[in-house]
Amino acid sequence: MVSATSELLPLADGCLILSHRLSEWMSNAPTMEEDIALGNIALDLLGQARGLLQVIGDETGVTEDELAYFREPQEFRNPLICELPNGDFAFTMARQLFVDIWLAHVWSELAATASDEQVRGVAEKAIKENAYHRRHSSSWVVRLGDGTDESRRRMETATEALWPYRGEIADDRWYDAVDAALTEATLTMPPRDAWTQRSSLDGWHTEHLGYLLAEMQSLARAHPGATW
Amino acid sequence: MTEKNWPLWEVFIRARNGLHHAHVGSVHAVDAEMAIENARDVYTRRGEGVSIWVVPSAQIVANDPGDKESLFDPALDKIYRHPTFYEIPDGVGNI
Repeated sequence: MVSATSELLPLADGCLILSHRLSEWMSNAPTMEEDIALGNIALDLLGQARGLLQVIGDETGVTEDELAYFREPQEFRNPLICELPNGDFAFTMARQLFVDIWLAHVWSELAATASDEQVRGVAEKAIKENAYHRRHSSSWVVRLGDGTDESRRRMETATEALWPYRGEIADDRWYDAVDAALTEATLTMPPRDAWTQRSSLDGWHTEHLGYLLAEMQSLARAHPGATW
Repeated sequence: MTEKNWPLWEVFIRARNGLHHAHVGSVHAVDAEMAIENARDVYTRRGEGVSIWVVPSAQIVANDPGDKESLFDPALDKIYRHPTFYEIPDGVGNI
C-alpha cells in the first residue's frame, strides 16, 4: 500500500478531492458559462494538488500518481468538507466559498513561511488562482442568499448542512471571513461553537470518499503505468 | 432570476497592449460583473487577452440586412477611392 505522512497532505488531498468533485459538474452546470468556470476552477485545484503531491512524493520516494491513485481512503487527509457530494448548485458554491477562504489563508501563509522553494512557488501561483475562485464563489453566495425566496432557502439549507464539516478548516480568521461573506448575502452564520467533525486528521472519512476514489482511481488501477 | 434565458453580452478582447479590442463572441450573464467573469472563463483560458470589454447585445445597433444593396453597393464602382488607383510619379518617393 502506498502511504505518506506530511504536513502538506491535508492541503494537497483537499485540492485533489475538491477538484474531482467540481469535475462532476462538467456538462451538468446551470449554464454553459458556469460549466466552463467550474472546469477552470477544478483544473486550478488539480494543478495545486499536483505541485504539492510532487513535493510529498519526493520526500517519501513515490510518484504523484501513486499518491493520487494508489492510496486507500484512510490514507487520505483531505478535510471532510471536500469529499461531500455536490448537492445542488447552492451547496457546491457555499462549500466552495468555505474552502476558498481556508485556502486563501493557507496559501498566503505558505508563500511567506514555507522552507521548500517548490512549495512557495506552488503557493504563490495558487494565491492568484484562489483570489479568482473566491470572487466567483462569494458572488454566487451573495446572489443566491440575497436572491429569490427559493435561492435563499437553498443557500440557507446548504450553509446549515455544511456547518458540521468545517472542523478541519475553521479558525478565528476563517469565521470572521465567512461571517462577513454570509452577512453580505443577508444570511446569518451558524454559531462558532456548534459541534463539528474533524476526523479526517486521523484518516476517518465519510462514506462518500470511497465511492469518489473508486471512480477517480479506477482508470489508473485498471491500467497501471499507462500514459497518453 | 425567474427568466429562462439570461441576457446576452458581446465580448471584446484585447490580445496585447497596443492592439485594439476585437469581438470574440458572446456570453449569457445576469449583470455586467458576471458577464466579465464569464467572458474571462470562456474566452481567455489559453492566454488570449490582457483586457476584456463586455457590452449588452441589446445595445448593439445593427443595420437592416435588407438594406445591404443600398448601403454597400454604391461603393463597388468607385475604385478611385482606393489608394492603389493612383499611379505615383517616381519623383514623389514614399508617401
